[in-house]
Amino acid sequence: MQKRIRVTVNGSTVEANVEPRLLLVHFLREVAGLTGTHVGCETSVCGACTVLLEGRAVKSCTIFAVQTDGRKVETVEGLATNGNLHPVQEAFWNEHGLQCGYCTPGMIMTSCQLLSDHPNPSREEIRHGLEGNLCRCTGYMHIVNAVQAAAKKLSARA
Amino acid sequence: MATTTPTRTETYVGRRLRRREDPRLITGTATYVDDVKMPGMLYAAIVRSPHAAARIKTVRTEAAAKAPGVHAVFTGADVEGVGPVPCAAALPGLRVPKHTILATNRVYYVGHPVAVVVASDRYLAADAADLIEVDYDPLPAVADPEKALEPGAPPVHPEWPDNIAFTQHTEGGDCKKAFAEAEKSGVIVKQRIVSQRLVPMAMETRGVVAEWRLGDKHLTIYSSTQIPHLMRTQVALMLGIPENHLRVIAPEVGGGFGSKLNVYAEEALMGFIAMRVNKPIKWIESRRENFQTTIHGRGHVDYAELAATKDGRITGMKLKLIQDLGAYHQLLGPLIPTLSVLMMPGLYNFHNIEADVIGVFTNAAPTDAYRGAGRPEATHVIERMVDILAATLKMDPAEIRLKNFPPKDAFPFATATGLQYDSGDYAAPLNRALEILDYSKTREEQRAARRQGRYYGIGISTYGEICAFGPSPATPAGGWESATVKIEPTAKVTIMTGASPHGQGQETSFAQLAADKLGVTPDDVVVIHGDTSVVQYGIGTFGSRATAVGGAAVYQALEDLRAKCIRFAAPLLGVQPEDVRFEGGVFSSPKSSKTVTIGEVALEAHILRHPQPGLEPGLVATRFFEPSNFAFPFGAHIAVVEIDKETGEIQILRYIAVDDCGNVINPLLVDGQVHGGVAQGLGQALLEEAIYDENGQLITGELMNYAIPKAHHVPEIESDRTVTPSPVNPMGVKGVGEAGTIGCSPALVNAVVDALSPLGVLHVDMPMTPQRIWRLISERSQA
Repeated sequence: MQKRIRVTVNGSTVEANVEPRLLLVHFLREVAGLTGTHVGCETSVCGACTVLLEGRAVKSCTIFAVQTDGRKVETVEGLATNGNLHPVQEAFWNEHGLQCGYCTPGMIMTSCQLLSDHPNPSREEIRHGLEGNLCRCTGYMHIVNAVQAAAKKLSARA
Repeated sequence: MATTTPTRTETYVGRRLRRREDPRLITGTATYVDDVKMPGMLYAAIVRSPHAAARIKTVRTEAAAKAPGVHAVFTGADVEGVGPVPCAAALPGLRVPKHTILATNRVYYVGHPVAVVVASDRYLAADAADLIEVDYDPLPAVADPEKALEPGAPPVHPEWPDNIAFTQHTEGGDCKKAFAEAEKSGVIVKQRIVSQRLVPMAMETRGVVAEWRLGDKHLTIYSSTQIPHLMRTQVALMLGIPENHLRVIAPEVGGGFGSKLNVYAEEALMGFIAMRVNKPIKWIESRRENFQTTIHGRGHVDYAELAATKDGRITGMKLKLIQDLGAYHQLLGPLIPTLSVLMMPGLYNFHNIEADVIGVFTNAAPTDAYRGAGRPEATHVIERMVDILAATLKMDPAEIRLKNFPPKDAFPFATATGLQYDSGDYAAPLNRALEILDYSKTREEQRAARRQGRYYGIGISTYGEICAFGPSPATPAGGWESATVKIEPTAKVTIMTGASPHGQGQETSFAQLAADKLGVTPDDVVVIHGDTSVVQYGIGTFGSRATAVGGAAVYQALEDLRAKCIRFAAPLLGVQPEDVRFEGGVFSSPKSSKTVTIGEVALEAHILRHPQPGLEPGLVATRFFEPSNFAFPFGAHIAVVEIDKETGEIQILRYIAVDDCGNVINPLLVDGQVHGGVAQGLGQALLEEAIYDENGQLITGELMNYAIPKAHHVPEIESDRTVTPSPVNPMGVKGVGEAGTIGCSPALVNAVVDALSPLGVLHVDMPMTPQRIWRLISERSQA
C-alpha cells in the first residue's frame, strides 16, 4: 500500500509514493537524499533526528512521512543561505560545540527553535531547552556557549 | 615560478583554533556509515536471542526466505567456516570460549545473534526477520558476577562450571608486613566498592557496509570503528581472504569511547554476506541492539583494604577485584581489570600492594574498554579509600592527600605495580583547585549549612592515569603509531595518520603542528585517516593516544621533512645545508643575501633543477613512533553538593577541574575532552547503570530506562590546567581523552558521603540516584 505525498523540504518540493509506515527521518534520508538528519535511537529520546516541521522542532523518527504531506520541513541542510552559514551553525563552529558531530544537526535545529522562542536565554534556560537532545561527547558546556553566542549574533542582526 | 602557498610567521600550536572538521558536520554533509549508498544495496536484519541462556533446538527460515524483497537468510550452520570473534588478551590461563559470529546450538546472552535476513530495504528486512522461528529450550542463567561464583550457580559455559575465566595475583613490596604493623599500631580501613556496568552509548550506533568485487576478489568494509587497520587484519583472517584484498574504511564515526575499539561479529558477517550474494550489504545497529550487544563498560566489585599509620601515612593496599566479563570475550575485555591493578596505588607514595583479580563469566553482554577502561574503577577505589581513611582519622581530605603525594623531584616515579610515572607535580592541581574553590570559605559555608541541618558536602578527587598506549611489548597488538607526511609541489601538505579520530579533532591539531614546523597555514594542511588503502598501517584511536603517540609520529615525520627541505634549499641559497636557517616558512642563511620560501623549495624538490648526490627527489616522510613509556596525566577535581532531604536529589553547586595533560596543542579541544569526560563520570556517579535481572534479561534495554546525562544534569564546569610536560614524546603531551571521566566519579561520591557524614555514612555506591540517597537518609535518620 502506497500513498503519494508532496512535501516541501528546505524550500523544494519532494514528491514520492511512500508506505504509510515510512518514518519522516527515512523519507528525508533516503527519498529526499538528505542524510544530515540522523537516527540515534528508536524511542524518541535522543533528538538526533530533530527537524523543523512548519517551524516547530519535531523528532522525525516519531512522525510518519505521510503526516507531512502538503507541509514544510526544514533540515540542517537548509540552514545556510547562499553559502553563508546560519548564525547558529557558525556559533557551534566557533565555540567547539561539537566533537563527533552525530548529535549536531538535531542539536542545531532545536537551538534554532529555542532561540526563536527565547531570543535571550540564560544558560539554565538553554540547558532545559535542550533536554530533548542528548550529546555524549561535549559535556554540553561548549554547546551552551554556542547557543549564547548565537543569541547575541541574532539579536545584533534584529 | 610564483609560489602558491603564502608563508607565515605566526605560530599555531597552543592556539584555540576552531576545527577543520566542523564545516561538514554543522552542514549535515559528512558521511557516516548509514550515509553510504551503493547501487543495488541490500539490507541486513539480525535475529537475536530473547533468552540469556538457552539451547537452540531448531531455526526455521522458510517463511522468511519467501517474504517480499528477501534475497537470502543465513544461520549459524551457514557461517561455520568463518573464524571466531578474536580476543587479543593473552593472559596466562585465560579460558576463551569459542565465539562464533552466529550462535549454533546455544545462546549465552540476551541479544546473541542467531540468524540474519538480507532484503532489498530495511523495512522488508525487519518484516522478514519477524518470520524467522527459533525454537529455544531456556536454561538457567546468571547475570550477577558474585552470584556466578557461588557454588551451584548455573554454568555460563558448560566446560567451566565455576564460571571463572581467569585469575591474576599481583604483589609488590611487602603487604603482609605493612598490614601486620598497621594492625598493631596503625589503622586499617576496608570497603566494598562497586563500579557498576555501564552502556557506552555513543550517539551513533554501530554499522557496517560491505561490498565484494568478484572480478578482483576484493572486499571493502565500511565500519563505524576506532581501529580500521587492526580490524582489517582480524576480519581478513576470519573470512580467509588475503589481508591486502580487504579495504576497511572508517567513515565519519559518531563517537566510540572504547565501544568501537573492537572487532565485532557483524563486521565479518557482512563481509561473508557480501561475498555470497554479490551485492553491497548494509547493517545498521538499532539502539536496542546497541544496548544488548555492543560492549559494556566497568562491571567491578572491589574489596579494598588500606593500611596506614595513625598520622595518615598510607603504607599498604590490598584489593580483591571481581570483574564481570559477560558471556564472551571481545577484543580486550579480560585485560581491562589488569589495568585497574596497575593503577591501584593512584598518586600515593606507598609501595606495598597485593591484588587478586577474578574474571567471571556471566550471561550478559561482554564488558570491554569504555572511557578510562579500568582506570576510573581504580581511581574510584583509591580515592574512596583515602577519604574513608581521612574520615576514620578525622583528617582533612586535602591534607591527607598532600601528605601522601611523592615529592616533585621523585620522577620518573616507580610504583609498586611496576610502572614508571613519567612526570608529575600532584600538589599543584590540588592547590589550584582548592584556591579556585576558596576551600576554607566553603568549609565555613558547610559548617553554617550543617547548623541548619542541611546536607552540604565537599568532595575531592586527585587522580592519576595511565594512557598514551604504549610500549609495544606491554600491548597485545603493538602500541606505536604511524604517520606519513607529504609536501606537494605547490607546498600543500597531506598527513596520513594511523590514528582514527572520531571527534577528537586531530584534523585540526595535526594541521597546527605541521603549520608551525613547515611555515604554512593550517588551511594548507589536509589530514587523512581511517582508510586502510590510503593510510599506512596504524593502530587506531583509544586510550588517549592519538596526540601523544599519533602526534609524535607526525612530529617526527615533520622534522624529517624540515631536514630534507633544508638540503633542497641549500643550493638555492648558494650555501651548505648546515648554514641554512628555516623559520616561518622562509629559508635564509647568514652566509647569503638570498631567501627562498617553502613554496620554492617544494617545487625544487619535484622539478629538481639542482640534483644532489645522495638526495632523492620528493618530500614524503613516514615514521612509526614507538613510545618508551605510557604517559601519566593527573589532576584534581572538586565537587560541592547539597542534598535535598525530601527527594534525595543531589544538586551540584560547584564543579572544579584542574587537569595536567602536559603541553597543549589546542586548548579548545582539551577543554572539550575534559567536559565530555566529566559528563560521562557524572553519568556513572549519578544516573547510569546497565541492569540485568535474575533471569539475565536486560532491564535497561533502551534510552527510556537508561539515563544518559542531559544538558541540565551537567553543572557549569570551572576548569583550569597545570602543565607538566611529559618526557615520553617530543611534544611533551600526555593525553587527556579519558582523564575527565577518571577524575569525576570519586569527586562526586566523596562529596555526597561528606554531605551525609553527619548521619554516620562512610560510603555510597553508584549510581547515586535520588531513590538510593533518599532511602539511605531515611534508614540513617531512623537509626
